Amino acid sequence: MTSNTAGFGEPAASEAEAPRRRRTSFGKLFRQFGTFVIFLILLGLASLQSDAFLTERNVMNILRQHAGTGIMAVGMLYVILTRGIDLSVGSIAALGAVTTAILVQDWPLWAALAMVIGIGGACGAVSGFLVAFLRLPAFVVTLAMMTAARGMALILSNGQPIMLGEPGASLSTFGTSFALGVPAPALLMFAVFVIALIVLNFSRFGRLVKAIGSNEEAVRLSGISVGWYVMSVYVISGALAAIAGVVVTSRSGVGSASVGEGAELDVIAAVVIGGASLMGGQGGVINTFLGVLILGIIGNIMNLAGVPGYHQQVYLGAIIVVAVVLQHASQILRRR
Amino acid sequence: MTPLVALRGIGKSFAGIHALSGVDFDVHAGEVHAMVGENGAGKSTLMRVMGGELRPDAGHVEINGETARLSGPTDAIRRGISIIHQEMALAPHLSVAENIFLGELPARIGWTQLNARARELIQRLGFDISPRATVSDLSVAHQQVVEIAKALSRKARVIVFDEPTAVLSMGDAKRLLNIIRGLRNEGVGIVYISHRLDEIYAIADRISVLKDGRNVDTVTPDAVPVDQLIRMMVGRPLSQLFGTKPETVIGEELLRVEHLTLPNFVRDVSFSLRRGEVVGLGGLVGSGRTEVARAIFGADPIAAGRITYKGEAFRPRSPKQAVRQGVALVPEDRKGQGVVLDMAIRKNATMANTAPVTRLGFFSGAKERGVVRGLIEDLRIKLGDMGDPVSSLSGGNQQKVVLAKWFHTGSDVVILDEPTRGVDVGAKTEIYSLIHRMAAEGKAVLVISSEHAELFGLCDRVLVMGEGRLRGELAPEDYTEEKLLTLSIKGGAEERVLA
Repeated sequence: MTSNTAGFGEPAASEAEAPRRRRTSFGKLFRQFGTFVIFLILLGLASLQSDAFLTERNVMNILRQHAGTGIMAVGMLYVILTRGIDLSVGSIAALGAVTTAILVQDWPLWAALAMVIGIGGACGAVSGFLVAFLRLPAFVVTLAMMTAARGMALILSNGQPIMLGEPGASLSTFGTSFALGVPAPALLMFAVFVIALIVLNFSRFGRLVKAIGSNEEAVRLSGISVGWYVMSVYVISGALAAIAGVVVTSRSGVGSASVGEGAELDVIAAVVIGGASLMGGQGGVINTFLGVLILGIIGNIMNLAGVPGYHQQVYLGAIIVVAVVLQHASQILRRR
Repeated sequence: MTPLVALRGIGKSFAGIHALSGVDFDVHAGEVHAMVGENGAGKSTLMRVMGGELRPDAGHVEINGETARLSGPTDAIRRGISIIHQEMALAPHLSVAENIFLGELPARIGWTQLNARARELIQRLGFDISPRATVSDLSVAHQQVVEIAKALSRKARVIVFDEPTAVLSMGDAKRLLNIIRGLRNEGVGIVYISHRLDEIYAIADRISVLKDGRNVDTVTPDAVPVDQLIRMMVGRPLSQLFGTKPETVIGEELLRVEHLTLPNFVRDVSFSLRRGEVVGLGGLVGSGRTEVARAIFGADPIAAGRITYKGEAFRPRSPKQAVRQGVALVPEDRKGQGVVLDMAIRKNATMANTAPVTRLGFFSGAKERGVVRGLIEDLRIKLGDMGDPVSSLSGGNQQKVVLAKWFHTGSDVVILDEPTRGVDVGAKTEIYSLIHRMAAEGKAVLVISSEHAELFGLCDRVLVMGEGRLRGELAPEDYTEEKLLTLSIKGGAEERVLA
């Protein structure tokens, strides 16, 4: 296929057409490691602030608590890379939580989980289809899905929390157990991140997802069915949100329609703190992971320091802005 | 006589690399001072210094003989320097009048008065565009008129035109040159940057040649013939520009288009392409050339007609289907459609055909680098590292990355839409030789171009479109600008195109 017949035509190479000089890579460096720097600073501050912070128990708690957010953040990252947004993750998590608790009563665990993930993926497929093929704005479509999925969760659960009970005992065990020294939900989150990392950086799918976010038309004109890729990221996001719902249920032992209320905002915040651009094409898995940890640490130190809940929200907002300003510091400074 | 604006000994470096060093440039009232040079020669940087966007590291700017420290673009505009950029800076959803007076709109807008003033400015340019029209509804040519009117409204004494005709049809380009002559006669100082040397000779009073960030010389057009000017720009004569097409065997018919009709204005277009052939598609901008190309490539729907490819009916409903069958398109808008600018050169090059460099959907790094290394050497792409983003390359090398993509895919029919737009002379030659090579390899090549010289220098025959129809075909013995123009504007088409 490749035409490599070299040495034809022999055009005189023009010296003037040397590649344009590379811009100082400081900006790129910061984009890549800025999140890491913020993470380290926070880690240092947190350890100084409270002796309780760097205890194994506390760290494990943070990981366990944010496993759900982390898993959803992976899906959100993929969606954001295509220049989209998925506001429905929190609601799909709730739907996942409720359906888990219901299905686990009558089905073997593996079948119940497969169905739950399928339901989440199906919700994502609906949003994805509307965004990718009918070209509706992702914000509106997933806002609608957010409302509808929450509604379905409420209908199915009758608005009542559903106990996992005896049939779901193994799931409850999963939520509270440890594996390889870390809480099992956190281990699951790590696994999701590792797979996402490999797929994003080494697979055709991952590369095209990023490319679509940078220049959809160029990708389309390279002979690639952009629509399927766009739809896929919403399916992934939906499926991962459902898994997050399972994780939350396994931890608490109940499936509740109020799971994940407002979670979409935390998830988006984590991805953005991780340096992903809402304009698509830019963002990475490791930085998203750090974004999740940063969010977790901030909440944790404030709890340890006894900051009242309402105040926490204000600080959190401010910290998000600071993080994003640091992410863009190079651009802001590079004006001249 | 004191020049309106003078740049004295300007130096500017980016990250330690000299983009400009010791450049002198000035423009007087009532003259057109043209600036030529290859891409990357420093023209844009110099103009950004003049427009207050960049502060020079060395040298200074003089306005009316006095040293001026421009604090920014607004300051430059206030002092009478307006730059009309290649990519126009209009607000597409606002009206013509709003755009013209943008930035100085009074708090309470008196529409009647504003519209009247806008109309007056536009009429001064010899046009009749409604001040109430929405800018996005205007043709590119008319948008440019609005840009110029905007500059006039700010009492610009110096107007810089950066590649103004790159997006204009031939007729519109001529009208623009007339506007510029008018402005000059009113005493405005004009800086005119263009790759089109015929225009430069038609309009310039003085020509400055920039090369590698230095001002090679400033000459008058009658003193320096065009091939000498090109030599000053690149150090190579004109005759070598197109190279020579190697003897190729023109083989069997690959693609036949019959009575192609599109949902838009393209009607009844028929032609065929054979192996080893380079066919030109000329005509005015907006005559339907790009539309035909996109339809054959499956990017836009077809209303009626028949396409036969390799002897079989062909009706691609997406670019994916076309690419699979071996049809390639190098789109007109390189940055918007040809490459993913932020993505690595390597990734762009393999994007359309990942099968040889992946296993089970995952890339094999070594294999991919090997393939891309081959392409880079083969196409002589000049780059730092194949992992750098495409945006780090010059226009010509970016275009070569697009070509590399299709070389790697091994397409049989290659459609190139304005393949050398915004590409400097040196890279043009290399792209021409790559086009020749595709033909020599037995591909069928269709080249859409608005440059006559390019069509004539490159193609075995030239199809001419006008108003969505195929108007005729020129054989090499008919290659004159006049014949091409006559075909493309036959039937009073020009009136409508310009209206």
